[in-house]
Amino acid sequence: METLLNITIYLPLLALVAFMFVKNDNAIRWIALIVTSLTFAVSLPLIFNFDSANSHIAQYVTESGPLLFGLDVNYIVGLDGLSLLLFMLTTFLGPIVVLSAWTSVKKHVGAFFAMLMLLQTGSLGVFASLDLILFYIFFELTLIPMYFLIGIWGGADRIAATIKFFIYTLVGSLIMLVALVYVGFDAGNAVNDGVFITDWRVLSGPEYQIGLVEQTWLFLAFSLAFFIKVPLFPFHTWLPYAHTEAPTAGSVVLAAVMLKMGTYGLIRFCLPMFPNAMVEFAPYVALLAVIGIIYGALVAMVQKDVKKLVAYSSVSHLGFVVLGLFALNTIGVQGAIIQMINHGLSTGALFLIVGMIYDRRHTRQISDFGGLAGVIPVFAVFFMIATFSSIGLPGLNGFVGEFLILMGAFTSETLDNIWFAIFGTTGVILAAVYMLWMFQRVMFGPIKHEENKNIKDLNAREIGLLVPVMIFIVWIGIRPTHFTQFSEHQVNVLLEEAAQKKNEILMSTNPAELPSWANKLYKVEINLAELKGDNNE
Amino acid sequence: MAEYVWLIVLIPLIGFLINGIGGLSSEAYRKQKTLIGTIATISVFIPFLIALQIFFGMGADSEPYVARLFTWIEAGSFSSEVAYRVDQLSIIMALVVTGVGALIHLYSMGYMKDDEGYWKFFAYLNLFIFAMLNLVLGNNLILLFLGWEGVGVCSYLLIGYWYGDMAKSDAAKKAFVFNRVGDFAFLVAMFLVFRAVGSLDFDIILNNLSAFTPEITFWVAVLMFIGATGKSAQIPLFVWLPDAMAGPTPVSALIHAATMVTSGIYLISRFSSMYVLTPEAMLIVAIIGGLTAIVAATIAITQYDIKKVLAYSTVSQLGFMFLALGSGGFIAAMFHVVTHAFFKACLFLGSGSVIHAMHHVEHELEHEGKDVHFDPQDMRYMGGLKKYMPSTYWTFLLSTFAIAGIPVFSGFFSKDEILAFVFNAGMGEYSYIYFALWGMAVLTAFLTAYYMFRLTLTTFHGTFKLPSKVKGAEDSEKYLHESPSTMTIPLWILGGLAVIGGFMGVPDFFVTTFTSSDIKINWLHAWLDGVTSDSALVLSYGTKWILVAIAILIAVFATVLAYRNYDNDKGEASDAALEKRFGSLYQVWSDKYKIDEIYDASIIQPTFKLSDRVLAVFDMKIVDGFVNAVGGTVRFFGSLLRFVQTGVVQTYALVFIIGVILVLSLIIF
Repeated sequence: METLLNITIYLPLLALVAFMFVKNDNAIRWIALIVTSLTFAVSLPLIFNFDSANSHIAQYVTESGPLLFGLDVNYIVGLDGLSLLLFMLTTFLGPIVVLSAWTSVKKHVGAFFAMLMLLQTGSLGVFASLDLILFYIFFELTLIPMYFLIGIWGGADRIAATIKFFIYTLVGSLIMLVALVYVGFDAGNAVNDGVFITDWRVLSGPEYQIGLVEQTWLFLAFSLAFFIKVPLFPFHTWLPYAHTEAPTAGSVVLAAVMLKMGTYGLIRFCLPMFPNAMVEFAPYVALLAVIGIIYGALVAMVQKDVKKLVAYSSVSHLGFVVLGLFALNTIGVQGAIIQMINHGLSTGALFLIVGMIYDRRHTRQISDFGGLAGVIPVFAVFFMIATFSSIGLPGLNGFVGEFLILMGAFTSETLDNIWFAIFGTTGVILAAVYMLWMFQRVMFGPIKHEENKNIKDLNAREIGLLVPVMIFIVWIGIRPTHFTQFSEHQVNVLLEEAAQKKNEILMSTNPAELPSWANKLYKVEINLAELKGDNNE
Repeated sequence: MAEYVWLIVLIPLIGFLINGIGGLSSEAYRKQKTLIGTIATISVFIPFLIALQIFFGMGADSEPYVARLFTWIEAGSFSSEVAYRVDQLSIIMALVVTGVGALIHLYSMGYMKDDEGYWKFFAYLNLFIFAMLNLVLGNNLILLFLGWEGVGVCSYLLIGYWYGDMAKSDAAKKAFVFNRVGDFAFLVAMFLVFRAVGSLDFDIILNNLSAFTPEITFWVAVLMFIGATGKSAQIPLFVWLPDAMAGPTPVSALIHAATMVTSGIYLISRFSSMYVLTPEAMLIVAIIGGLTAIVAATIAITQYDIKKVLAYSTVSQLGFMFLALGSGGFIAAMFHVVTHAFFKACLFLGSGSVIHAMHHVEHELEHEGKDVHFDPQDMRYMGGLKKYMPSTYWTFLLSTFAIAGIPVFSGFFSKDEILAFVFNAGMGEYSYIYFALWGMAVLTAFLTAYYMFRLTLTTFHGTFKLPSKVKGAEDSEKYLHESPSTMTIPLWILGGLAVIGGFMGVPDFFVTTFTSSDIKINWLHAWLDGVTSDSALVLSYGTKWILVAIAILIAVFATVLAYRNYDNDKGEASDAALEKRFGSLYQVWSDKYKIDEIYDASIIQPTFKLSDRVLAVFDMKIVDGFVNAVGGTVRFFGSLLRFVQTGVVQTYALVFIIGVILVLSLIIF
């Protein structure tokens, strides 16, 4: 099984090699389709054989010896409860993304699919990495193909958009790199006989504890990179540009997979390594998340471009995910994890759908449409299901995540304030407003433009690529436990361990040695008194 | 038999899937209209039979039965399951939904016969029944919520069924969004409940009401009620319902009169034992209900659109039901839910039959080559239809008697019981407010009888006015005809139920006053007594009979007055006289209190302008502007590097190399 995991990650690169020799566009498409389908097929045993009862222990682990001389930097890949579903989502979307670009990409076909394959390997690597340096390498690796996808095959304003996307995310991750290197050394000194180490299992373990002052800076550095990636308000402005200009395939991967790297990073790295900072900053982050939910929705409402509207809706939806994560209880975090998948499916579907209509009309302006429901009824059905999924209709996937997230935030002891959840819940109303209004203007009413009268309905390829997404939208909506079971145990363990580690760190803190801001931020004296009181009981 | 309850829910879903997938994928299937309609109707009729079987197997003292199917959403300490509950309350609702639902399906087979999207219409209807059954049979709040939002979606799809008309899809969207405002409150109520008792199961919640502080009880009750004001069209969220008449008329009958809009009443009845713990919340429910009843009734008097009159009437009657709930008359409210489902569904279907006929006239005139256009729902073009459409007329008339509260017709008993409970509540806390509400309710009852006979008499009595009012429509009465039997059979069944339906709830004192025995003739009361927490009626026999007498007098007086004013084509003159007498007040009524305009000016426009002119600009200029400013500084340094390297990826490589050097130097030193 370890081999299977590695094969899954690197199989797409095989296509990359093939593209060097094949010059026929059609052959390239077929190779890409076959390879991504194979990747998906190969990845299936990974989920079927996954041991959910032990989801907190990484499974199918491959571990090399030290890669760099004198450093304990290893090639470690494996899957656990946090990464499994995102990993599977990535392999699942592979062939769908390839199919979506089948006819719409006409220039540099080989290069286009090469970029997609590179992106696929990079994304899979991100989710499977259990070493921070390895994670970082994959994390950065995904930037390059996306940069080209937007920059070469994007819309009219693609250059500006891709540069903004690239530099913005790069700045964040470079800051993270500095923090990461610091952590490697610090951990080496603390638990690895002075040898630099970035093994996640060691860093997240109970032995390695970071002092409050260092935690603060490291948390800020790591989370900044992730907040930009998510993107959390107010770090989101690269997203509407990138999404609007990206080709459909790029938008889908960006929304479904790459944004999740941010939220994934928060839960995988920030929580177990910086538990104290995570808790103390939670209300502030939750505040930004709630602002993002409402702000993203309001700005989405007034967009004139369908794709930009969906992009802003992502800001709103990812606000939900971050809110759930920082509720720091099982309900909220589980909700956030399943919502990452849900957003991937529903927003992925919306981008696919917008791409299909763009292929036909070469416009994304809402005002250029109207009355399409009668012309393209099959398209209308898919669009409607994706829309309802996006606005969190019970019975479809979006509701499960949103409900758990809001419930988690409402009952969160960390946030300790029901107003986060209550304001977050207003996003439910706003989502209905902006999505249904857009849907109405595109699909309903009389046909205003002559060009729209003869649009062709979806073809077999397009139906074929949307149906699997729809199946999961309904499946998760009706039987969410089939999916949430994979992470449930690990989330429990993670939260428990983090809480324990947080207390241990506090207990070993001497308030007198701390600078006054840290004393204030972590309310050290109050918390210590409370902890000692608990222990005496 | 109760263990088959899941079949009741499942069968309509199967019907939806067959017609939905069949119609979507096959051109040939779409043309099989009889088949499509039959499948859809049977998919509701069989569940009705199953529900009936279960019902006959139950007694008033039967324990609730819960069929647990599978776990739905689960995380941490939260767990919910898909489980259906059979008890005296849910089975009554299920019978109404499937029974009235099946009749309306049958009716639709005739009504929608010539519609292109026939298959789609029936698929939506089946889906609606599925969602509605989840709402009434679900065993926990979250499954109820699935039904709750599900019916909202079906309502959205069916109001905007003729989506080519922007106004109709506007109405659909408005309905959904206003409902979502209510759903927001419902969600928060669920969070509060879960935080207090750790579960959303009905049994667990209702057995642990002591876990709520009085404050939480109040807020849960109020938030649930706000949810109900959305779904059941009460102040301040009722404005979507009149617009919802844009949908096909069977939809108005099924969703916007008989079933979906009564969800809020069901919800509060389900939680009656919680509501009685918080008199303040009860008072709020009663006040909102009473106000909605009279506001909607006054608007109804001024309307000319036959369906709009019925829509405002529905809002008003729902207000009556909430008034009953708020007065502790939970069974009375449920009683009115049932009788209202009979007579209002009949009235809507009757109006559909009329509209169908008027459409036919318009169509035939067009066929003659005349370019005649008129609003087929405007009652001023009607009149005298009784001669041409006897079945429609008689069933409409019977239902009008029922809603007006004429003795022995169904509405008489249910409305009378509501008035008694409101008066009864006046004996307790907040005495004056409840007496005032009783006064308003009596006035509303008067208005109800008045506007309903205004509608019936203007439509069916007198002479057919289209020929004299519209140029080119001379002699058009020859095209008037009765609707086909698929439409009249449901009318007669519902009309019959509207007449006799009240006998399930004849008050005990009708007998016990005269006999010394403690006989119970009120079947419905006995049936629902175990599942609701009705207040006790403390009124004396004398008071009760006086209240009955007042109700009868009011109804008869209003009927006679309406007969004098609206029979024999006197309608428009009487309306003019009414307008003159009430002056600006009448203007307020016919302007519908300008509530839509107020919402538009105070919420919708400001939010839109804020988003469009402030936030969207802020996002581009300030948030992104800041990023660009930072970027600009970077670019300045970048331009220095440009002498060495060109392009961004090279820059990236450079930065990466610098990074690696940095890392290595850190390691080495």
